[in-house]
Amino acid sequence: MGILDKHKVLETNATLLLICSFLVVTIGGLVQIVPLFYLDNTIEKVEGMRPYTPLELAGRDVYLREGCYVCHSQMIRPMRDEVERYGHYSLAAESMYDHPFQWGSKRTGPDLARVGGRYSDDWHVDHLRDPQSVVPESVMPKYGFLEATLLEGEHIGDVMATNAFVGVPYTSEMIEAAREDFRAQADPDSDFDGLLERYGEGVNVRNFDGQPGVSEADALIAYLQVLGTMVDFSTFTPDASR
Amino acid sequence: MSKKDDDLDYETTGHEWDGIKEYNKPLPRWWLWTFYATIVWGVLYTIAYPAWPGIKEATPGILGFSTRAQVAEEIARFEDANAGINAQLASVELTEIAQDADLNQYAQNAGAAVFRTWCAQCHGSGAAGAKGYPNLLDDDWLWGGDIEAIHATIAHGIRNEEDPDARWSEMPAFGDMLAEEEISQVVNYVMSLSGEPNDASMVAAGETVFLDNCAACHMDDGTGDRFQGAPNLTDAIWLYGGDYATLTETVTYSRFGVMPPWTDRLSEAEIRAVASYVHGLGGGEASVE
Repeated sequence: MGILDKHKVLETNATLLLICSFLVVTIGGLVQIVPLFYLDNTIEKVEGMRPYTPLELAGRDVYLREGCYVCHSQMIRPMRDEVERYGHYSLAAESMYDHPFQWGSKRTGPDLARVGGRYSDDWHVDHLRDPQSVVPESVMPKYGFLEATLLEGEHIGDVMATNAFVGVPYTSEMIEAAREDFRAQADPDSDFDGLLERYGEGVNVRNFDGQPGVSEADALIAYLQVLGTMVDFSTFTPDASR
Repeated sequence: MSKKDDDLDYETTGHEWDGIKEYNKPLPRWWLWTFYATIVWGVLYTIAYPAWPGIKEATPGILGFSTRAQVAEEIARFEDANAGINAQLASVELTEIAQDADLNQYAQNAGAAVFRTWCAQCHGSGAAGAKGYPNLLDDDWLWGGDIEAIHATIAHGIRNEEDPDARWSEMPAFGDMLAEEEISQVVNYVMSLSGEPNDASMVAAGETVFLDNCAACHMDDGTGDRFQGAPNLTDAIWLYGGDYATLTETVTYSRFGVMPPWTDRLSEAEIRAVASYVHGLGGGEASVE
């Protein structure tokens, strides 16, 4: 029986064809996906990465809800023009605590992977309220309602627990103190020592939107101001062979 | 699988639907050979470039290709090409940049590129500024408009927490210190300084309030003090607005404009280039010897 005749057996048995197709697709998938979980040169270890603080995480949820990723990418590609404009190209490890990652695929607006610290909080408030007031040629919509919408943070502990479930190293202590940390980060007059102890000295503690209460603008600006700032590239040189 | 059809010279697939038969003709030869060529190409490609996953890492490929190495090489190529003039730009006296035609041309063009990348978001792509972000085209400077002052402002920024050498001053929020009526008086006085329409009956009282509270920074005559970034209040140029409502807001809550430091993000040559560019926009002042 020639190979073509054997193939005829497959073609004339729908169930067998289905099973064998599934096997082939499974093997193909395993070969492509599984190595990414164990190969040394897919994710390099970098210093400085930490999980988002509760306020930053809430801001990230605002970012997702408003669909910012539709117009803004968070992925600086390894090309000279991008590195010159946005800063060091993005490392895989820099989105290790993003579920899902916000690399995006469309740049109507600029890339935001390293927007942290690039502008002042005031600029972000002005720009969210009325983007054209600072960038006249911008086509970005207005997000002034964010500063008028106050957040209580009643669900932020649950969001962190869910992130912990998919692998973000939030400790039970962090989850317990979630609301406390959530309020402390937007209030420089609060007792934020616990926040710094849990998330590191580098956490920005400011009244981001300059108004009383924790608003969605506070959360979003706290998130934007930390983007791309966790890895210190003055002390870290990426392995060129990766 | 296929068999000869007695009525035709062509082979058919052997299937028949309502008397309709399907020819079984070979694929065009050019197509078949192209197909085989792509298979060979695919195999060679995985040998030449990083591809097959192993136990610890993927095969690196015999060409040694790396995206990271490629971008590093390209950046280095441009840095090498400009290394000489950048070193010159970073080492000469700031005032000498404008004297050297070649150096000045390089600084202006490089500075324009830096400006559009890093500064335009606040100061505008044409450097005309916006409410709260100074216009850099005019000759009204908060912290000084000669090349050294502009260079220092760009390098260290204003009122930021990152750079200990940042320019710093803080206007108090007078809403906590003055009565509403006093604020109204001083606002009318400030409006009279630049000849704006004002309530003349309040100006005299406003002058007293001004001399007691504001003159330490804005000077007795309201012309400001560049050492403290205190704006000149006698001209028609306003950073936040010169109307009654905006001035009342400014006096009541104060303002705290922040500019980031650029020493960490830009090289000294880039900072000097953009300082030359801003200085050359029209309002640049000659350095005082």
